[in-house]
Amino acid sequence: MRNEKTTEDVALGIRRRVFEHSIRNNGGYLSQACSSAEQLAWLYNEELNLGDPTLPMIPKPFEGVPSPDNPDYHTGAGYNGPAAPEFDRLFIAPAHYALVAYATLIEVGRMAPEGLEMFNKDGSSVEMIGAEHSPGMEVHNGTLGIGLSTAAGLAWGRRRRGEPGRTWVFMSDGEVQEGQTWEAVQACAHHGVEVKAIMDVNDQQCDGAMSSVMEVGDIKTKFENFGATCIEIDGHDLSAMRDAAVENHADKPLIILSRTSPFHTMPILEERFPRLHYVRFKSEDERARFNVSIAKDLGVDPVDYVH
Amino acid sequence: MVEMVNRPYASAFEKFAAGNPDILCMSADLTSSCEIDGFRDRHPDQFLSLGMAEQNMMSFAGGLGLAGFRPFIHTFGVFMYRRPYDQLMASVAYPRRKVRLMGFLPGVTTPGGMTHQSIEDISVMRSIPNMTILETGDATEVESICEAADSIDGPVWCRVLRGTVPRLFDTPIKVGEMRELSTGDDILVVTAGICTEEALRARSALAKAGLSIRHLHLHTIKPFDHNALLDHIGSVKSGVITLENHVTEGGIGSLVAETMADAGVGKRLIRLGLKDTYAHGGSRGYLMRYYGLDALALVRGIEDLVGAQFGISESDLDAARVDDIHSLAKAEAL
Repeated sequence: MRNEKTTEDVALGIRRRVFEHSIRNNGGYLSQACSSAEQLAWLYNEELNLGDPTLPMIPKPFEGVPSPDNPDYHTGAGYNGPAAPEFDRLFIAPAHYALVAYATLIEVGRMAPEGLEMFNKDGSSVEMIGAEHSPGMEVHNGTLGIGLSTAAGLAWGRRRRGEPGRTWVFMSDGEVQEGQTWEAVQACAHHGVEVKAIMDVNDQQCDGAMSSVMEVGDIKTKFENFGATCIEIDGHDLSAMRDAAVENHADKPLIILSRTSPFHTMPILEERFPRLHYVRFKSEDERARFNVSIAKDLGVDPVDYVH
Repeated sequence: MVEMVNRPYASAFEKFAAGNPDILCMSADLTSSCEIDGFRDRHPDQFLSLGMAEQNMMSFAGGLGLAGFRPFIHTFGVFMYRRPYDQLMASVAYPRRKVRLMGFLPGVTTPGGMTHQSIEDISVMRSIPNMTILETGDATEVESICEAADSIDGPVWCRVLRGTVPRLFDTPIKVGEMRELSTGDDILVVTAGICTEEALRARSALAKAGLSIRHLHLHTIKPFDHNALLDHIGSVKSGVITLENHVTEGGIGSLVAETMADAGVGKRLIRLGLKDTYAHGGSRGYLMRYYGLDALALVRGIEDLVGAQFGISESDLDAARVDDIHSLAKAEAL
């Protein structure tokens, strides 16, 4: 697909959509939009080689889970185009970033804006925690730490089949607390799996700042010691991202650590530190203040929501 | 005398998988213990060592499934569902990946104790949507388990016997069916896995006691042909008894109980197996005696079912097979 916007504009559009959605619904995954918008915008708008979507712009309702009795079942991966050998694949490992991922699909013209209005509505496939059948998703990643392993298996298999397409994973830094992440890196190193990952290192997790929940130390050195090629960048700097992606990582996984701010472009969110995982407004007053402040930051009018 | 087959899985897997590029052999550091060391050495391109890291292995296999491969995962059964249960659910079972889970050392077939004995795996697997469950009870079933498992459009859990395995049957596993080993009309005996051999040991003594036994062996536990079982239950006068190398909750005893309750069958059912207990480490013969999983336990259960004593003792049962714990047919004494 042809790029219609700059990646900067896509990132801004993602934040505007997540902001509007969160104000209207009295809460949402706002800080994830602050930290990750550049990464997802860059993946979809520049880095990934994807075919045209194979699923309708307005998502179909939930059509059942995989079962022998559900022969027409399909995942939401069709929003990323067909699973053809030449195209790239992407897994969103932290499935609670779904709101940001859906906003990205809209910004790059892969889903209609109506899709976001179905978010977390009963009977919808646009689920709050991205499911296999949700737009842009190919597997369930709601249980954190399994995304990299799945991508590694697919990447190994695609190389064996001689497919030129690459396998990317978008990860979150909380996943480094899971042992499976390290199992996956060592397996990739052992088997020379050239999977590519970009990790939103925003230092936050559900309970608060990661340093207060479980200190993880120098993860760049840890990844390197486990056998990965690891690059650390400013996750809001698109040119750094572009440079990191071309790093040679022959027979190794590439892990790009994107150091980000969970308040980037929305400084008022810092009031809610250290509980940023899901921002639900505590009062109408707070909701109104955030509405005015963030709207100004993002260069839009405040959202006219139902009180 | 029953024929004993040495390492039937080793040759069966190699014969089945070698040269098929879509089939991959995965191992988690128990390669010789699962009898795939020869395959690894002769077919390295189809072999993937994932190390002692079962969580990654399960999701990695899911990714391989996504790429169109049919991975056969080999390790001890316990290590394939207890630690990586979340990954088994999310990466394999939910998306119906064609991953074949070859679980070795079912139940008390190992002196490895609690950490090595998969005593509740059938219960767990029966409650997982999309999962198929197969269990081997003899060398012929071990020899046919790969083909049977690979015929399934989805994930398959297999309880696989290793080492020296008796040959009881001369036809391969036919998925979805059950074996009728005798067609009497007093009592229905339902067994699976190594307990079928135990029931066969009791057969002549029970016949001498004048009992007409109908005996079913289950190699396919899920999906299950409830109607076929109900027909057999309807053919016996006294009741039903199950014997399994597994806890009695959630295994084939429960399967039979649920079938009877759903159909409103008013016959008695006795379920033999591990009775809400862990086992400990010991030889298979000792453990089967200690926990009441052997031929004598079945005889006592049948006596309870019919309310009579037959005076059958150990010496009246066909000779027990005594495995050498330190057999050359096994990679270790486990």
